[in-house]
Amino acid sequence: MGKSLVDKIWDAHVVKVVGDLQVFYIDRHLIHEVTSPQAFDELAARGLTLYNPDQIVATADHNVPTRNQHLPIQDPLSRSQVDKLTENCAKHGVELFGLGHEYQGIVHVIGPELGITQPGMTIVCGDSHTSTHGAFGAIAFGIGTSQVTQVMASQCLLISRPKRMRITVNGELRPGVTAKDLILHVIAKLGTGGATGYFVEYAGSAIRALSMEGRMTVCNMSIEMGARGGLIAPDATTFAYLKGRPYAPQGERWEQAVAYWQTLYSDANASFDAELQFDAGGIFPMITYGTNPGMGMALNGSIPLQVLESESVSFDKSLQYMGFAPGESLLGKQINYVFIGSCTNSRIEDLRAVAAYVKGKHKAPHVEAIIVPGSKQVEKQAIAEGLDQVLTAAGFELREPGCSACLAMNDDKIPAGAYCVSTSNRNFEGRQGPGARTLLASPLVAAITAVEGRIVDITKYLN
Amino acid sequence: MEKFQTLRSTAVPLPIENIDTDQIIPARFLKATTREGFGANLFSDWRYTSDGQPRLSFVLNDARYGGQILLGGKNFGCGSSREHAAWALYDAGFKVVISSYFADIFKGNALNTGLLPLQVSDEVLQRLFRQIELDPQTQLIVDLPTQTLTVPVWEESIGFALDPYKKECLINGYDDIDFLINQKAAIAAYEKQRPWAY
Repeated sequence: MGKSLVDKIWDAHVVKVVGDLQVFYIDRHLIHEVTSPQAFDELAARGLTLYNPDQIVATADHNVPTRNQHLPIQDPLSRSQVDKLTENCAKHGVELFGLGHEYQGIVHVIGPELGITQPGMTIVCGDSHTSTHGAFGAIAFGIGTSQVTQVMASQCLLISRPKRMRITVNGELRPGVTAKDLILHVIAKLGTGGATGYFVEYAGSAIRALSMEGRMTVCNMSIEMGARGGLIAPDATTFAYLKGRPYAPQGERWEQAVAYWQTLYSDANASFDAELQFDAGGIFPMITYGTNPGMGMALNGSIPLQVLESESVSFDKSLQYMGFAPGESLLGKQINYVFIGSCTNSRIEDLRAVAAYVKGKHKAPHVEAIIVPGSKQVEKQAIAEGLDQVLTAAGFELREPGCSACLAMNDDKIPAGAYCVSTSNRNFEGRQGPGARTLLASPLVAAITAVEGRIVDITKYLN
Repeated sequence: MEKFQTLRSTAVPLPIENIDTDQIIPARFLKATTREGFGANLFSDWRYTSDGQPRLSFVLNDARYGGQILLGGKNFGCGSSREHAAWALYDAGFKVVISSYFADIFKGNALNTGLLPLQVSDEVLQRLFRQIELDPQTQLIVDLPTQTLTVPVWEESIGFALDPYKKECLINGYDDIDFLINQKAAIAAYEKQRPWAY
């Protein structure tokens, strides 16, 4: 029996088997200001030191303002958390891309763009969207703060082997249908807990055809169907993206790395615990209508009229929160906020897609549209390409990098009751601010919504 | 971590599915740099109005219900990896959460916090919800050494699964760090023979 990609990488990282659990080695540990302070404290309380500071990279992203980053942070609690990260990194010799650093940005944007993320690696971070890095053929997953301490102290975790699921998407995506629509479609079919306990490998011609940015969007949202992680076998697209990045192997070492990375794929006769197939042509531009990412539908579809009796309490609560009715279409609904950003969709390709559509157009007068680049590097590239001019001329506000209104830890909040079409990953109650109503969509849908000021069937607006 | 052996308690029912960690502890309360005090903001947006008044319709504000066991709908703890969710539940006095399944990261975080995620079948969960609604004073007994949930009024004991290592940890108050830092020789040996050193 052949091996799956997950098994190949997994087996290469097992230090020791302990009953049903395994001492599992972690190559890269990414940390940020919100889930690391208690871990550093725990380490100190136990008199431990970092196992290897060189395997950790830190950035400030969750809690940072997206305006005036050159000034001291106004909110004292946010400032103290960011200061604590700076202090801890200095004390323990951890490389930090803090505010003002040219490499600062959302942890899941900077890892890949700097070449820190590489195929075959195991990567963890105290953040559930760590699954993003799986786009490079890495085993990457989110952990809690106790586990952050464990990796700091031992470079290992004590965990169980996941079940394996393969999701194959064959065929070609329709015009206007993006990686975001693809993954929202899959999550809508599986439900918000449908992949719990599994590591998902995405395969098939539609996945192969995606850029690295698109693959990252897909893997990013694996957690939204409960998966422990998601990954895609590395290929020429992966290698071309990584080559020459600051932390990628160079010279002879690059050749050796690629030779190894080329062995990372699921063997033809590999077995999976679950297999699902989708036809890319059957996927349409998507939007969510409820309060978990599984509550999604085609833009021109209708909210289900009814659900299973056991699920009706949660379904009704969700629609009541959103102010929608069963069976309703969302077309024509007025939208007041558009947020383009987050570790799901804040990369240069996302900004290009928005700029390409809004060029020469203007947002609707009642819409507040903010666009938050994923990193300083994305921001720099956007400026180099003149995207900032296009976006500003269209009435979009281009901010500085951070997680921003995806989780509203900073000042970027959506007011109670207001609708926001957002390119982020979660539409949970209050996620974008207490009472905020989030509709998840692709950057293209978000851009068209900002211009029209309401939900429209975007197929009529494509060139 | 505190030891856990046996607990006899009433339970608080929250029959909502897919309760995500943003509900358990909203992100705006994650700015603390210590582990303490998160219980005050547990389920904050369900528990309090925007001006800080208790929402009387929410179960944690309902005097009929109380106890150290929380009963939640399926897929409890989905979403963000914030361990603060487990800390908030524990800090608010809960020692056990019962559901028909838990999101993976939450389950690990709960076990690392000393909070027992106790998984039962959908059918048992629904029966428990009905029983507690019928009589909020219903006692439940969680016995970790025998891995049983007993409902005396039903004269019934229901077994539950738990990894044997994690069970030992909870019973003795050990955590994974104690174990992992004693593996340094094995880890060093692994580093010498791994297929690719990043």
